[in-house]
Amino acid sequence: MSGRIERAFARARKARRAAFIPYITAGDPDPGRTVALARALERGGADILELGVPFTDPIADGATNQRAAERALAAGTTLTTVLETVRSFRLTSDLPLVLFTYFNPVHAYGLARFSVDAASAGVDGVLFTDVPVDEAGPAHEALRRVGIELVLLVAPTSTRARVKAVRRLAGSFVYFVARSGVTGARTTLEEGLEEQVRLVRKLTKTRVAVGFGVSTPDQVTRIAQFADGVVVGSVLVERIAELGDAPELPGAIEALARSFALATRRK
Amino acid sequence: MAPLEELTEAWHEARRDRAFRHELAGLLETYCGRPTPISFAARLTKHLGGAGVYLKREDLCHTGAHKINNALGQCLLARRMGKARVIAETGAGQHGVAVATAAALLGLRCRVYMGTEDERRQALNVYRMKLLGAEVVGVEAGARTLKDAINESLRDWVTNVATTHYVLGSVLGPHPYPAMVREFQSVIGSEALLQIRKQHRSLPKLVVACVGGGSNAAGIFTAFVPYRQVELVGVEAGGRGTRLGEHAARFAGGEPGVLHGTRSYVLQDQDGLVAQTHSVSAGLDYPAVGPEHAWWHDTRRVAYVRVDDSEAVDAFHLLSELEGIVPALETAHAIAYVARVAPRMGSGQAILVSLSGRGDKDVAEVARLEGVTL
Ligand SMILES: Cc1ncc(COP(=O)(O)O)c(C=O)c1O
Repeated sequence: MSGRIERAFARARKARRAAFIPYITAGDPDPGRTVALARALERGGADILELGVPFTDPIADGATNQRAAERALAAGTTLTTVLETVRSFRLTSDLPLVLFTYFNPVHAYGLARFSVDAASAGVDGVLFTDVPVDEAGPAHEALRRVGIELVLLVAPTSTRARVKAVRRLAGSFVYFVARSGVTGARTTLEEGLEEQVRLVRKLTKTRVAVGFGVSTPDQVTRIAQFADGVVVGSVLVERIAELGDAPELPGAIEALARSFALATRRK
Repeated sequence: MAPLEELTEAWHEARRDRAFRHELAGLLETYCGRPTPISFAARLTKHLGGAGVYLKREDLCHTGAHKINNALGQCLLARRMGKARVIAETGAGQHGVAVATAAALLGLRCRVYMGTEDERRQALNVYRMKLLGAEVVGVEAGARTLKDAINESLRDWVTNVATTHYVLGSVLGPHPYPAMVREFQSVIGSEALLQIRKQHRSLPKLVVACVGGGSNAAGIFTAFVPYRQVELVGVEAGGRGTRLGEHAARFAGGEPGVLHGTRSYVLQDQDGLVAQTHSVSAGLDYPAVGPEHAWWHDTRRVAYVRVDDSEAVDAFHLLSELEGIVPALETAHAIAYVARVAPRMGSGQAILVSLSGRGDKDVAEVARLEGVTL
């Protein structure tokens, strides 16, 4: 398992916080700015960074992340350029990094070659949005060989049998989808989330990060009381869309990240 | 995943249930007008001067295409599963019309996603769906065609799965869809096998169907697959050129890939990004193909060929003038291939073509392409 991800969760726990896990789409608004944005998120208090690999057909994403993927692709982002971005970020940072990707770009790159290149670039975890756990064996094995962990999604609708299958392949955490559907900011949280998270933790015997729809510091604080990590994506992506090329973009992202990072305290 | 597990289970139960099968068969007979006949195309055969051409008349189904066979099956299943709402993607609009029709018949709420480019070129069907009480939602992403409509349908489904069944329109997507849709469409081939034996007194030498996702082709091929002496040919859209982006010929230009939860041949670039496609016919304009077709291709049971836009439009006219049947532009691709090969075959031999749909929906677009104002 990746030492960096484990250590990040341990550090947050010790500080009586949930881990803060921001998400942005790599290459949005263009590949040249991603490293600066990643650094801004780190300064803003990220514990783990989730970096989306843009895809032409992002079926698990809502409109905000779809637009981000379109901008990134239009700017020439590919899986190869994302790995280059990770490599140059790693020169100056030890922040754990999880790639959030659809399977086809990895399939085209070659699973084995991707695993090796991702590990050497400094990727710690990979989440495939469209690979169900019963099809995830080969990816898990290829990644395990190079020391990268597979991050699996668990949904409120997942059956017990499926959650148990997740347990066999999961690394230091699983990603719990706070609400069925696609990514995107929402104003309300699903009822019963706390019990669901506890159940998933019990069944998978690993940490649970909650994401999909978390959009305000207030929601983060509520989730932080019972989850091991909180993923915040669409609000950050929306801000990137608003500011685009503006020079104040990294500063604004850092400030926004900080407001979420501060909200991860446990009471 | 949970929605797929629920659907798989419900479908397995339904297909074992006599009452379900009986109800579907009854609707196919008394509502769709099945069995559809096969017609011997005498003037086309004479014109081509070779093999005899038989047309399996799915254009005579209620709503004008084979799509209703699957739409009725899945809408009955939706009702059985207690889902009051159905959604569908559509390219040519035929599947959308079929689902809107079945939903009206069974009292289900219906929403259809359609790329805005397809809404433009299949405007008649957009209005038909609305007449049938469905809500039509335009999709602006990507090339604004079938693939983008499927993306949006999948997003709706995962968000509203408690109340909603997604009626996928071809042998595409994750399990159980490819197997389930093929089974609902296999009535085409089961009927045709008996009919051609009766009318031609032997098996055909060749069976031809156009392949978008591949449902009418899978529907007619399945009955003939065990007969090794029968050649099977699937016709893909050659579009306006051979470069990536100019066609939808997955077997000519595609690589294995994963799209919409299925591993199959996918038109994509070297980075695994899915390519845009082009075809004059909206129903063939899709970058992947049903996984069973990939299997038939790799095992060489079915040969896949391409027919370009202009050949298809020529065949659209040919069948209209010689047989009094205006075919859908999708179907015209299959007819164009028949026109290519029939002259080289013996006159005692038979070609069976899946006449997957009628072309009323395409009349305005063909007129526009030919500079005719209506
Ligand atoms: C008349 C007709 N034929 C064929 C097709 C292509 O679909 P499939 O390959 O699933 O039969 C369509 C799709 O819209 C259609 O309307």
